[in-house]
Amino acid sequence: MAHAASRPLTRRAPRRLAAVLLAGLVAALTFSVAAPAAANEVGLDEFDFKISGLVELADEPLAGVGLSIDGNGFSVEVESGADGRWAVGVPERGDYTVTLDEETLPEGIAVVETTQEGDETPNSRDVTVGQSGSTVLNFFIGQGERNTTSLLDQVLERLFNGLNFGLLLALAAIGLSLVFGTTGLSNFAHAELVTFGGLMALLFGTVFGLPIWLAIPIALILSAGLGYVNDAALWKPLRRRGMGLIPMMIVSIGLSLAVRYLYQMFVGGDTRQLPGATDTTLSIGLFGLTWTDVASMGISVVVLLGVGYFLLRTRIGKATRAVSDNPSLAAASGIDVDRVIRIVWVMAGGLAGLSGILWAYFRPGVSWDMGFQILLLTFAAVTLGGLGTAFGALIGALIVGMLVELSTLIIPSDMKYVGALVILILVLLVRPQGILGRKERIG
Amino acid sequence: MIDWLLLFSNAAQEIISPTTAAYALAALGLAVHFGFTGLLNFGQAGFMMLGAYGFAISTLTFGWPVWAAVLFGVGASIVFALILGIPTLRLRADYLAIVTIAAAEIVRLLFTTNSFEPVTGSANGLQGYKGGFAALNPIPEGTYGFGPWVYNEYDWWVRIFGWSLVAIAALITWRLFKSPWGRVIKGIREDEDAVRALGKNVYFYKMQSLIIGGVFGSLAGVIFILPRSVVPSNYQTTLTFFIYAILLLGGAATVLGPIIGSVIFWVLLSFFSGFIARAVEVGWLPFLSNVQAGQLRFILVGLAIMLIVIYRPQGIFGNKKELAFVK
Repeated sequence: MAHAASRPLTRRAPRRLAAVLLAGLVAALTFSVAAPAAANEVGLDEFDFKISGLVELADEPLAGVGLSIDGNGFSVEVESGADGRWAVGVPERGDYTVTLDEETLPEGIAVVETTQEGDETPNSRDVTVGQSGSTVLNFFIGQGERNTTSLLDQVLERLFNGLNFGLLLALAAIGLSLVFGTTGLSNFAHAELVTFGGLMALLFGTVFGLPIWLAIPIALILSAGLGYVNDAALWKPLRRRGMGLIPMMIVSIGLSLAVRYLYQMFVGGDTRQLPGATDTTLSIGLFGLTWTDVASMGISVVVLLGVGYFLLRTRIGKATRAVSDNPSLAAASGIDVDRVIRIVWVMAGGLAGLSGILWAYFRPGVSWDMGFQILLLTFAAVTLGGLGTAFGALIGALIVGMLVELSTLIIPSDMKYVGALVILILVLLVRPQGILGRKERIG
Repeated sequence: MIDWLLLFSNAAQEIISPTTAAYALAALGLAVHFGFTGLLNFGQAGFMMLGAYGFAISTLTFGWPVWAAVLFGVGASIVFALILGIPTLRLRADYLAIVTIAAAEIVRLLFTTNSFEPVTGSANGLQGYKGGFAALNPIPEGTYGFGPWVYNEYDWWVRIFGWSLVAIAALITWRLFKSPWGRVIKGIREDEDAVRALGKNVYFYKMQSLIIGGVFGSLAGVIFILPRSVVPSNYQTTLTFFIYAILLLGGAATVLGPIIGSVIFWVLLSFFSGFIARAVEVGWLPFLSNVQAGQLRFILVGLAIMLIVIYRPQGIFGNKKELAFVK
C-alpha cells in the first residue's frame, strides 16, 4: 500500500476521479431523497453546466474548505460539504479557474499535487467545461509533502504502463496493418471500430448489467461482425467499382467523421466506466499494479500469440500473407482473395474491439471519441513497423506505447503524444519503409 | 412556429461571412496541393493554425505591425511546409497524408500545452490582437448594408479584407496553372515518372506547390481569427476534413470550385443546423435533443464526403477528365 500511495498520481488520478464520479452519482441519488444537508452545491438547478470535485486528505474528506470559481465573467464561491464534495453550476461551456482557499485548510496542510513543473500556485487550477457539460476537479492535499518516487521506480512504472499501452495499441495496429496489406486501404475509420468495442462492452456490461465475462465476448463478437459489415456493405462494392486507393482513403475519413458523431449522438459526450475499472484496492506487486492491468496484458499477449500462430501456421493465415505480398499473384495461384479479405476484416474488427475494451480500462473510461484519440498513434505504430506488415505493427506499437509513457518523465504529460508523432516523422526521414517493411513498397 | 425568414437570413449572411472566406482560401490552398499537384495534405488545419498564431503572437508578444505579423504567420507556414515536405515528398502519397495529419496534431498540442502558456495562452487561446488591424480600417464608424447584410464598420472591413485576399489568391492560382509551371505541376499529378523523364525536378516542384498552398492556408488562418479569438480547439483534424468536404464539393482541380464550394457548404450548413435546432425546439423531432442536433452537422459532412467521392468525384465544377484521383 505504501508503494501504491507513492505512485505518481497522473495515471491514478483518472481512476480516483472515476470513483468520485460513481460516488457522486450515488450521492446525488441519495440527496434527491434526503434534504441536501451540506451546503456544497451552488446553482446546480439554475445552470446546465457543472464543475464538481472532492477535497480530501489521505482518503479522509475535508469539510468547510472554501473554493471560488471564476471565468467567463461569472464568479461563485462554494464550501466543501461534510463528505468533502462540492459542486457548482456554471452558465456556459468554457474555461474556469478554480481556486482553493488555503486559509480554510487545517494547519500545516497544503495543496501539493501540481499539474505542471514550476507551478507556484497549485491551489489554483484551470478547468474547461467541454462537450460533456460537466468537469470534475480534485485537489490533492497533503502535509506539504512532495512526490518522492525514485527515478528508477518511475522509469520502471512508466515502462510497465508503456508495455501495457503498447500491447493494446498493437491489437488495433495489427488489424489496421492487415487491412492495409491486403486491400491497400489506409482506413481512418479504424478508430471507430476501436470505439465500438468499448461502447458495446459498456452497453452490455453497464447498461444491461450483464457480468463482464459475458459482456466482453458479446462485444467482441459484435465488433467482429461490424468488421464484416464494413467490408460487405462498403469496401467490397467500392473495390468492385475499381475505386482508387486515395478516394477510398477519403471515403474512410468521411465514414470516420460520420460514425464518430453518430456515437456521440447516442452516448453523449460523457466518459463512462466499465465494471471493474475503478478497482484500485487490488494493488499488488512493485508499483501498484492492479488486476485489471495484469489481465489486460495477459489477454493482449495471448491474443497476439494467437494472431501470430494464425498468420504463420494456418493455411488461411499463409494465404493472408500471400495476398498482402501480391494480390494478383495470390489470386493466380488459386487463393480466394475476397474470402481472405473478408476474414481479415472480421479479424480487424474483433482485434480493434478488444483493443477498445482494454483501452477503456487503461484510460480509463468509454467515450465517443476514445478510438480517435489513439488513431494517430496507431498509424504511427503501423508506419514505424512498416506499412502492411503484421509483426512490424506489433513492434511499432510496443515502441510507440513505451515512448509515449516514458516521454512523460521529461516532457509535460499534456504533450506526451507529441514525442511519438515526432518519432514517426523522423523515422520516415531515415527509414521510410519502417522497421520490417521492404523498400519496394514505398515508391 | 419556425421563423423561416430568420433561417434564410442567417443562411444568406454566410455567403459573405469571413468564415466562409477563410474556408474558401484554405480550400484553395488545398486545391493547389491536392487538386492540381496530387499531394495529400491532411494538415491544412496546421497551416491555418500557424497563420493564426503567427499573427496573434507577433502582435501581442513582439508588438509588430499588422503587415509584419501577417508575414510572420506566412513565414512560419513556409518553414512548416519545408519540414513536412523534405522527408515525405519523395515517398508514396499516403505517407504525406499520415505525416501531415500527425504534424498538424503536433502543432495543435504544442499550442494547447500549459508549458508555453505565457505566449500561447494554452487552451484559452489568445485575444486582443485586433487593434492594429482595426486601426487600418478606412471605413468611417457606423452601420451599413441592406437586407440580412447589415454590419458595423469593423465587420465590413474584415469581410472586404478577407474576400480581397481570396480574390487575389484565386487570380494567382489561375495564372499559375495557365503557366508552364502549372502544366508541369499537373503533369506530376498525372504521371510523376513521365515528368521526371522530361528532366524536371519533381521534388522541387512538389515542394513549391506545398509552400504555395500552405501560404494560402496560413492567410486563411489570419482571416479566420479576425471575427473571433484564437482557440486551439478550433484547429482539430475535423477542420481539415471540413475543408476537404468543401474542396470535393466544388471540384478539386478548379480555381472557382473551392470558393463556391465554401459558400454552398456554409449556406447549407447554416440553414440546416438552424432548421434542425428550431425543429427540435418546436417539437418536430422528439427523439433529438438540442445538443444532438448540433452533432448532426458533423454526421452530414461525413456522409457528404463519402457520397461525393463515390458518386461525383470531380465535384460540382470539376471536369471528369481532370480527376484528382489518379493513383
